[in-house]
Amino acid sequence: MNFSKNYKNIFLAMFLSFLLSACATQTAKKVDSQIQGDVYTGTDTVEYLADGVPDRVFFATNESVLTTASRETLRKQAAWLRKNPEVTVVLEGHADERGTREYNLALGERRANAAKDYLMTYGISSSRISVLSYGKERPVDSGSNPLSWSKNRRSVTVKAN
Amino acid sequence: MKIKIKIFFIALLILFPFKSLALIEVDITRGNLSPLPLAVSPLSSDKDDQQALQKELDIKDLGLEISKIVENNLKKSGLFNPLNKDAFLQKPDIAHLKPRFEDWSLIKAQALITGKVNFEDDKLRVEFRLWDVLAGKEMLALAFTTVPKNWRRVGHIISDKVYERLTGEKGYFDTRIIYVSEKGPKTQRIKKLAIMDQDGFNTKYLTLGNELVLTPRFNPTNQMVTYLSYFKNLPRVYLLDIETGMQEVVGDFPGMTFAPRFSPNGKKIIMSFAMDGNSDIYTMDLENRIVERITNHPSIDTSPSYSPDGKYIAFNSDRSGYQQIYVMKSDGSKVKRISFGKGLYGTPVWSPRGDLIAFTKLHKGKFYIGVMRTDGKGERLLTENYYQEAPSWSPNGRVLIFYRETKTDSKGEGFSAKLWSIDLTGYNERLVDTETDASDPSWSSLLSN
Repeated sequence: MNFSKNYKNIFLAMFLSFLLSACATQTAKKVDSQIQGDVYTGTDTVEYLADGVPDRVFFATNESVLTTASRETLRKQAAWLRKNPEVTVVLEGHADERGTREYNLALGERRANAAKDYLMTYGISSSRISVLSYGKERPVDSGSNPLSWSKNRRSVTVKAN
Repeated sequence: MKIKIKIFFIALLILFPFKSLALIEVDITRGNLSPLPLAVSPLSSDKDDQQALQKELDIKDLGLEISKIVENNLKKSGLFNPLNKDAFLQKPDIAHLKPRFEDWSLIKAQALITGKVNFEDDKLRVEFRLWDVLAGKEMLALAFTTVPKNWRRVGHIISDKVYERLTGEKGYFDTRIIYVSEKGPKTQRIKKLAIMDQDGFNTKYLTLGNELVLTPRFNPTNQMVTYLSYFKNLPRVYLLDIETGMQEVVGDFPGMTFAPRFSPNGKKIIMSFAMDGNSDIYTMDLENRIVERITNHPSIDTSPSYSPDGKYIAFNSDRSGYQQIYVMKSDGSKVKRISFGKGLYGTPVWSPRGDLIAFTKLHKGKFYIGVMRTDGKGERLLTENYYQEAPSWSPNGRVLIFYRETKTDSKGEGFSAKLWSIDLTGYNERLVDTETDASDPSWSSLLSN
């Protein structure tokens, strides 16, 4: 594992988030501060698996690519899982309402697996991770606008035991 | 649940006039802007029979009620304009024996339906006649005997016979819709399988709502249904016999199976299986349980639908980078993209006539239901809305049923999901009555043939 690279990523992420919060204070639009390149970056719906370990990552429309922030969240989850070897998790993949039901089921599965793959590269055994797609069936925000949709495009890590 | 309903055709007195002599012809190939005016006379019945039937069914005038079913069906087809009964000059019993055609042409009826209801030996006997008012001729006469509680189906069968005689195509009224009934807030919807007659009556709920259920589809040959259930939080394709209530998981897959549909002969289920972030299309033979993999591609392959001859499969894939519609041979060979218009395409469904594929399209934030030929040419968009998808064909391939969801307001409230239908022509868009919110409709075959 390349730790120096990790630290670099973390510093980069911290630097970016400073930059973003600086921007946020300057723009009147709250939405802009919470979506970057179609990906939700706010903390509205986020819950925590442990102190400082967010439970979810967000995706761009139709995408399952993990952003820098998502990878950072998942590294925190991996560290927490390593510290708690008895814990198993379900990764619940979700899509927004702007797609057909069946395609969204597949997309949710793809997103949850993107998160699973990343956890596995950080040493978490696949036997501790199961994947469950909800497609567009369980939105966390019932709004019909780009901000709501961005919160719903997510993979949530849920403790299974 | 009891579904099999025996209808005995005890008398079959069809008097077909020569086609060339028939004056009435309903052109159903175009959007019909001047529906054919016709009169549906209340079906007559003797006092004794009427009283006996009222005792049996708690319906005061069954003949009138059956005529209303026929009227409602024909009206909703958009091809017919049933005239107001208040204007009828001739009494139902006399009209049924021999209509005074001048009386009916006076109110501008071009066709007339008359009938008679009897109650004999605990059986309901219904006869009806279709008359060509202008030619002064009987076009069709039939009688049915059944148990009284099937009286609504008699109305639907009469509607189908009239529709077929006047348009030259099979009807779609003696059919049912299976769908997902929805309740509760958008973030925690409770979903149940529900089934109803095509006209919204006789709704029955097939699951309790304890687990999420999605995308039910009829077997075109019998009363089986396939659907997706999240039973025990394991999303899997299930098979349900709606007559016995028996259900079982389809296949033994180590992950999510979804998007199920039957093959045209009803012997296979085709579906997606998702594993490690990749969804491919599989079939399972219901007789020997053999599972076959049909697609093998790192993209999402889903929403498969067979052509009516079983030789081809239309499906949805994002192998080009975005959701598009593809067609392949049923063994998975010769994959060819057919959707090339602007936007994303999903949910291809092959018409029972074989010549068209219905689809959902997303373009610039709007959802469309449309049809294209099986080579992808001749795309026609039938309806545009904020959100709508999942078309299902009427068995005669003339009408599409689908569901539509509303946009929520700034507080995230005001969400609803409803079934809608539209003609292939793009005309006659209608809300389909359901007891609750509804989605994922699937249209059955004709129950009686």
